[in-house]
Amino acid sequence: MDLEFSPEDLAFREEARAFIAENYPSALRGKQEEGEELAKEDFLSWHRVLAKKGWIAPAWPKEYGGPGWTTTQRFIWSEELARADTLPILPFGINMVGPVIYTFGTPEQKARFLPRILSGEDWWCQGYSEPGAGSDLASLRTRAVRDGDHYIVNGQKTWTTLAQHADWGFFLVRTDPDSKPQEGISFLLIDMKSPGVTVRPIITLGGEHEVNEVWLEDVRVPVDQRIYEENKGWTCAKFLLAHERTGIAGVARSKRGVERIKTIARSEMDGDRPLIANPFFKRKIAELEIDLTALEYTELRTLASEASGRGPGPESSLLKIKGTEIQQRLTELALEAVGHYGAPYFRGFGEGDNEHPIGPDYAHRAAPTYFNGRKTSIYGGSNEIQRNIIAKMVLGL
Amino acid sequence: MNFTYNETQDMLRDTLARFLADTYDFETRRKMVASDAGRDPGIWRALATELGILGAPFGEDQGGLGGGAVENMIVMEQVGEAIAIEPYLQTVVIGGGALKAAGGAQADALIPAIIGGEAIIAFAYAEPQGRYELRNLRTTAKRDGAGWVLNGHKAVVYAAPWATHLLVTARTGGGQRDTDGVSLFLIEANRPGIVRRDYPTVDGFRASEIYFENCSVPGEALLGAEGAALPLIEKLVDEATAAVCAEATGVMRRLHAGTMDYAKQRKQFGRAIADFQVLQHRMVDMFMEVEQAASMTLMATLKLDLPDAERMAAVSQAKAKVGKGLKFTGQNAIQIHGGIGITDELAIGHYFKRATMIEGQFGSVDHHLARFERLSMPE
Repeated sequence: MDLEFSPEDLAFREEARAFIAENYPSALRGKQEEGEELAKEDFLSWHRVLAKKGWIAPAWPKEYGGPGWTTTQRFIWSEELARADTLPILPFGINMVGPVIYTFGTPEQKARFLPRILSGEDWWCQGYSEPGAGSDLASLRTRAVRDGDHYIVNGQKTWTTLAQHADWGFFLVRTDPDSKPQEGISFLLIDMKSPGVTVRPIITLGGEHEVNEVWLEDVRVPVDQRIYEENKGWTCAKFLLAHERTGIAGVARSKRGVERIKTIARSEMDGDRPLIANPFFKRKIAELEIDLTALEYTELRTLASEASGRGPGPESSLLKIKGTEIQQRLTELALEAVGHYGAPYFRGFGEGDNEHPIGPDYAHRAAPTYFNGRKTSIYGGSNEIQRNIIAKMVLGL
Repeated sequence: MNFTYNETQDMLRDTLARFLADTYDFETRRKMVASDAGRDPGIWRALATELGILGAPFGEDQGGLGGGAVENMIVMEQVGEAIAIEPYLQTVVIGGGALKAAGGAQADALIPAIIGGEAIIAFAYAEPQGRYELRNLRTTAKRDGAGWVLNGHKAVVYAAPWATHLLVTARTGGGQRDTDGVSLFLIEANRPGIVRRDYPTVDGFRASEIYFENCSVPGEALLGAEGAALPLIEKLVDEATAAVCAEATGVMRRLHAGTMDYAKQRKQFGRAIADFQVLQHRMVDMFMEVEQAASMTLMATLKLDLPDAERMAAVSQAKAKVGKGLKFTGQNAIQIHGGIGITDELAIGHYFKRATMIEGQFGSVDHHLARFERLSMPE
């Protein structure tokens, strides 16, 4: 047992760092720094670079297109991505539906969908929550009725992130209304261009259009787009949620966030000294950093047990709770640090509008990021639900 | 000791509450905020002429209702409940407070205009480098014959795009952070040499960056003593801080009430989520924060006229406590609402945004904790 990286790991780190430095799209860097809203093409440009290199899906088995990295290499890679402040790779294809397909799908389904997830040709979205089924996801009511080789799907999904760009969606639907809630659900892949699919925007507190309502009206879905057995979709859903929760810890990103807070606190003045010299503020950064270290080593222990063959279990709820709490505290500290300049509302650059946003560059997204960040303790199973999972599944209460 | 409102105060609260309930529903507010002007001047006019409320803290000899800080508290709590964007804080509490304290010809001329709804005053005190330190000023005012010439940059001046007058802190002597050499000016907002950059704020107001570029003002623009205005400015900001604590109490009360309503009707796992004990306790904790905010607001408001050190300690205790309560109440209101709480559609998110901005207004929790520590445990 040790903490040292092997010479091979160190060489890999150099390689990863150099690759990012040489290949990260510079246009993207500029937009990120200016806090500009990102278009579909922006997300895809970096995705394609990684796909070409074969590094887009670090966690996938090699036979499906993963790079075959060790757990340590994956850890180093995520650290390097965060260090370079790259745009996160969208999770819906790579981290969510991809693992479900290679774990539960047929050979035909794997061949049909996995390569296009890797290449970025298909943009995926997630059709889970419904207006009446949030924390109680298993109470979902979207119906799929068998009609020969098809299902006819009717219902409404909500909080569907970036569905406005999606080519495909993975949906939980009810195929047996008479059994227990968890037992009558199936996992369907739906072409978002199918007749009867309507996507409507939901505007959130920071003014962003990130999430959507998705309406399904008599949508015909071929039966061969069902993953795993009929009425066994909950198995896929639970598997996916556990995967989502590990990704949600966001340790490397939060480390970057801590550095960012320190940079802001060095620039902001507090009387005759920079804010970072204020003992109250400094203490809050220190406490946050200590909690982040605790999360990091908890995640490393989880990864290590995964590497020894055990998939992510209910322990991943701990990572979700602590990870999102830390992400939220980071947004709180950033807003606190910028003082008065948290108030101006920056609505992005309009057509032909080159006016510089009000206040320092690091300030104008602080409030919207704080508002938007409240979602992290709600999505992916609220933190209250995660505590229930730990109570029941880990502690046996 | 008597914590009950008198008849006039009861009437003030009830009249304003009824008016806001009738005219200031969430959809109306949304339309105002989204409009070009960012407000509906008719509302301000009605507050002045129909309700006569803008005279609440002014003496009857000046045409006011003869009240003071308690009347401001009553109004600001209602402002909070409606998340109203009317510039009562800036115009009546701060601008009116400055004029009452300074007296003289400016006050005689302008107080009736405030009461009548014709004058709107914005308070240009913050600067980009100054954080919450009121004396940290780079804006200068230099003597020029009988008048003054102003230069400098004022940050995030709420209500400035609507203002007829600006209340400006500027340095007439001393170094950037000196206690001496700070002066207060009340000037017309449309004077040559004032450049404004206007913008909306995240909590629905309008504000401006204000640049004074060799802006000449007459000698009578000076309010109070030249170079010795800091104590007055500190008192004005304490009065404003007590007022936003009252606003916060109203905001928190609605955050709590809205969350209770939602939790009772939202069903998951076959029952109302209000049935879950973990959420019940959370809503109890929110309730306790609301009650303590009301208590601290009352305490600070009643101590505004005590000697400086006692007033400052009281106000800092209140703002530190209320600031923490705002964060707890706001964050949990959103959490208990779930995803729907983060949408722009529901009022609850807009209360959360205002709550967040009040948290930092006139000093963060840390700022007021530190000031209270200095006063209560001097080294």
